[in-house]
Amino acid sequence: MGKAWKFDDNLNTDEIIPARYNITIVTQELAKNVFCEIKPDYARTVKAGDVIVGGQNFGCGSSREHAPIAIKGSGVMCIIARSYARIFFRNAINIGLPILECPEAVADITEGDDIEVNLSTGEIFNRTNGHRYQARPLPDFVLKIAEAGGIVNFLKKHDIQELIS
Amino acid sequence: MGTLVEEIFSRKAGRLVQAGEIVVMDLDYMMSHDNTTPLAIKAFREIGKPIMDKNKIVIHFDHAYPAPNLLAAEAQKRIVDFMKEQGIMQFYHQGICHQVLIEEGYIQPGRVLIGGDSHSNTYGAFGAFGTGFGSTEIGVAWATGKTWFRTPETILMHLEGQAKPGVFAKDVMLYIAGMLGMDGATYKSVEFTGPYIKDLPMHERIIFANMSTEIGAKCGLIAPDETTIRFLETETKARGPFEMIEAVNPVYERVIEIDVTDFGPQVACHPDVDHVQALEQVQGLPIDEVFIGTCTNGRYEDLEIAAQILKGKRVSPFTRTIVTPASVQIYDKAMRNGLIQIFHDAGCTIGVVGCGACIGRHGGLLGPGERAFTTMNRNFIGRMGSPEAEIYLGSPAAAAATAIAGKITDPRTYLEV
Repeated sequence: MGKAWKFDDNLNTDEIIPARYNITIVTQELAKNVFCEIKPDYARTVKAGDVIVGGQNFGCGSSREHAPIAIKGSGVMCIIARSYARIFFRNAINIGLPILECPEAVADITEGDDIEVNLSTGEIFNRTNGHRYQARPLPDFVLKIAEAGGIVNFLKKHDIQELIS
Repeated sequence: MGTLVEEIFSRKAGRLVQAGEIVVMDLDYMMSHDNTTPLAIKAFREIGKPIMDKNKIVIHFDHAYPAPNLLAAEAQKRIVDFMKEQGIMQFYHQGICHQVLIEEGYIQPGRVLIGGDSHSNTYGAFGAFGTGFGSTEIGVAWATGKTWFRTPETILMHLEGQAKPGVFAKDVMLYIAGMLGMDGATYKSVEFTGPYIKDLPMHERIIFANMSTEIGAKCGLIAPDETTIRFLETETKARGPFEMIEAVNPVYERVIEIDVTDFGPQVACHPDVDHVQALEQVQGLPIDEVFIGTCTNGRYEDLEIAAQILKGKRVSPFTRTIVTPASVQIYDKAMRNGLIQIFHDAGCTIGVVGCGACIGRHGGLLGPGERAFTTMNRNFIGRMGSPEAEIYLGSPAAAAATAIAGKITDPRTYLEV
């Protein structure tokens, strides 16, 4: 469980991490600058287990994987959003950053709420107001990648064809 | 049978593939550049398998090249070392990846490519399936030669009418972005068709495929025709026979019809690509930097229309104007035909070929409080440097007119229309 950090619709990859910080691939360096322009205190005060609550089209823009890596590196447990931009969705799954789609939770949660998430069932509990929400289930092949902890780990044990068999 | 994307996937898979189906597919090429290759190498090393086929790998240096700082220099050295170690020879550094892939003949109808760059949708202008991926999946594709796709549903964009002089594909595409919004086509394939598209030359068709990314699309496709084939044969190293692909009894999720006849120039205003207004609404807004270039509008014809407007004139003294050809091939032609001289005489700075100022790493960053008018495809906050700067997007003609006046200006002021 952790604190909710709320973000607007169409949060883009430049807002997650501006291009000038993307020269490094060191996770902790990226995490230091995550959301630096739109939530300057985030990187300093975020705690392990906190939750990001986004809106619609979360992570739109560039294909830069630095964006989900920076978020994952900041220690959050997962992202809950109304919907995700296409490349961000793939990138997050591939690097093992849990993402949930739950419009009801997004509409009801306010910044700072205390949130508990069961990643395997998709149940979300708002300890601040006592409300419960159910995230949409991920497609089977996406679950296979997520359960392996990302595509790289999946491929260490499986052939890529096994995603759909 | 099916939409263009279903046709391309079905031919590649050797069986009928329909929207909604998950397919694991062989790739023709996987592209990455100086910004996205380092993480691909990291993923590839972790997988611990050899490269499946190095002839499918293409690597470009274009985002920050030649390296503007030590970190970029170190990253690029690591990429070069990796290419030497693995024997990867398809390495380019004389232009923007998407443009160079076209010029070098990698892009042909029916091919399936992934790129570690969101504007890999560009290839769809030639009836190829191109889409942007993150780095990890590029590394995965190096090791497997394959990737997974969810076959997308298709939105048909039927465009008709004839655009008035001074109105370009960029204006029409910005209008579409404003209409559909940044997530208007998320996960979808968008097919651009109709008499307006049919009459467009390739450099204008490319705008629609390239900027389909801005509306969230997985791909933006245009069926290949005589114009496509003529372009491939004369302007690129591709040699036929080419596969011709068209939609056969397609089922579209949605059909949108647009008549471009009455369109005027459009501008995407700070700070979102879908914050689009008719240029006259923002006319007169002072501009500190004009940037003409990028994978959207850095082609020869873009420079030509800008030069036509700038010929014999000077840019406004406090509006720095940067012109960056998308590739050396374009630069050469612009030089041969006197365009570079026109830009120099007008007071412009010619940037190093590549992505240039578009990604805020070098070649024309914006300071706090500055406002730019550019031919880019994105205007996110902070993209070109300071988060306190503003970016407006429009056509190369509008950019050139704006450079002269030092404020947002209708290009028709300077075109004889």
